[in-house]
Amino acid sequence: MKRALVFAIPLAIFVVLALFLLRGLGLNPREVPSPLIGKPAPQFQLKQLADPAVAFSGKDMAGKVWLLNVWASWCVACREEHPLLVEVARKNLVPIVGLNYKDEPADAKAWLKQFGDPYSLSVTDRDGRVGIDFGVYGVPETFLIDKAGVIRLKQIGPITPEAWEKKIMPMVRELEKA
Amino acid sequence: MKSLLAVIVFLAAAGAAVAQQPASPGAPAETAKEALPTPKDPVAAKRAVALGAELRCLVCQNQSIEESNAELAVDLRRQIRELISQGKTDGEIIDYMVARYGDFVLYRPPFKATTALLWIGPFLLLLVGIVVLRRVLASRRERADDRPLTEAERREAERLLAGTGKTK
Repeated sequence: MKRALVFAIPLAIFVVLALFLLRGLGLNPREVPSPLIGKPAPQFQLKQLADPAVAFSGKDMAGKVWLLNVWASWCVACREEHPLLVEVARKNLVPIVGLNYKDEPADAKAWLKQFGDPYSLSVTDRDGRVGIDFGVYGVPETFLIDKAGVIRLKQIGPITPEAWEKKIMPMVRELEKA
Repeated sequence: MKSLLAVIVFLAAAGAAVAQQPASPGAPAETAKEALPTPKDPVAAKRAVALGAELRCLVCQNQSIEESNAELAVDLRRQIRELISQGKTDGEIIDYMVARYGDFVLYRPPFKATTALLWIGPFLLLLVGIVVLRRVLASRRERADDRPLTEAERREAERLLAGTGKTK
């Protein structure tokens, strides 16, 4: 009996540890859950990329379900998700507002010309202050905001087709019904 | 038993002392990007450095905001300095960061349900270790001197002590 325990206890500890480590292998430490989910999106007012004389505020989207996509011309991963955004815009699935993060407006405009512009409009956050309010730490990031202006979902990193089909689009449909 | 207690008290005290130390108030890295408007007031500057050392940079997760050269860390250092010059307290600045980036930015996570195991875990392990150690020691002592010799053992011992030199 005692002898069995001597073997069983270390084995049990090993198995538990191994399970935890195995789970850890599948987690991405770069994906830090945002405390903003379920909370009203931070207020902001920024100049539009296309016309700096015109300001845009998050409130202008009240009553709509929309995406806020943080992007930059220097961001390589943004190119990865860009075709998907262009497709979403072409099908008119949900309005996308671009937050051009810490970028040169001239570079940003050239980038949109080259890769296509899926955004209803883009605003410029040159010094990254609005980005900080949204807790942005890795571009691209995308926020799904509901009709009441509450953040419902945050995608960190490029939107994969899988994330779009399984997470984002179903939630957009659900929120639009509400 | 008393010495065991002393060891526990010592370990707990040592643990507390280590926990008191800030993450690493190391000297801020000097780079070209570093041209931040440092507050003229040296107390405010010191506060900014201390706060930056308490906060994790989310881009390079093993460095503090004070140490990291990532753009975000530069921006957040600027933000800390601005908040200080606005007269915000350290607590308010920490809350500002947590509201945006979550508890993950804190090198010293708060004690709550989700972090309880993190905080109590080491002490639980220590306790388990002590219990196991005591059990092992107790069983050993019993084996060594508490049990009286059986009749057969006593005879064997006598035979050996008699020194006949004969082995079985």
